[in-house]
Amino acid sequence: MKVSVQQEDFDLGLEVLDIQEDNRVGAVASFVGQVRDVPMTLEHYPGMTENAIKKIVEEARAQWQILDYTVVHRYGELQVNDQIVLVAIASSHRADAFAACQFIMDFLKTQAPFWKKEHHPEGDRWVNALEADDQAAERWRKLKQQRLLKP
Amino acid sequence: MKVKVLFFANLREQLGTGVEVVDVPDSASTVAGLRLHLMQRGGAWQEVLADMKVVRVAVNQDMAAATAPLNHGDEVAFFPPVTGG
Repeated sequence: MKVSVQQEDFDLGLEVLDIQEDNRVGAVASFVGQVRDVPMTLEHYPGMTENAIKKIVEEARAQWQILDYTVVHRYGELQVNDQIVLVAIASSHRADAFAACQFIMDFLKTQAPFWKKEHHPEGDRWVNALEADDQAAERWRKLKQQRLLKP
Repeated sequence: MKVKVLFFANLREQLGTGVEVVDVPDSASTVAGLRLHLMQRGGAWQEVLADMKVVRVAVNQDMAAATAPLNHGDEVAFFPPVTGG
């Protein structure tokens, strides 16, 4: 059960090892996001960031069986191909692991206070929030309204 | 009433400050009241905080609506829509 907001890189293999020990674990789903196209600086709101992520994880735990999890999000200067974020979920079955992993990523994108500033050759540019990210989170809310997820 | 006000990302850059303690009149003790109070400084303040579609607010590190009440000692953060992940 780990949430970490850090400057340092992470090792997917080691993080997964940490959450797959429980005998009941039959599935681990993980997602890694990385920097594409141009280098960037990631700013965050220390304190709120960790709490926001924990809240999202708690919402996921109310829906799906999560035996263990790790969420790591980096901040600071990042180069192209650097890892940014890891969400890894251990569960008994794959459906819970997949769904929880996607749910957490979708809400992390719209709720966790991180901001990306891209360093382009012609100058720096703050990344604009994407409509598609809001829609991804909205999809889960609709499933709740339709009672396909617990309220 | 004093509150700690934080600014992040492009708001921090455009306003030229990341944190300050603001003395808020009791008559303006909501998120919306604080926003208007800061906008009265004019210039970049007026401009940057005017568009609430691109300004999000958190009170004591929880996302908050414009109507949220403020109390002495609260931490209020203004920032653009988030872009992590």
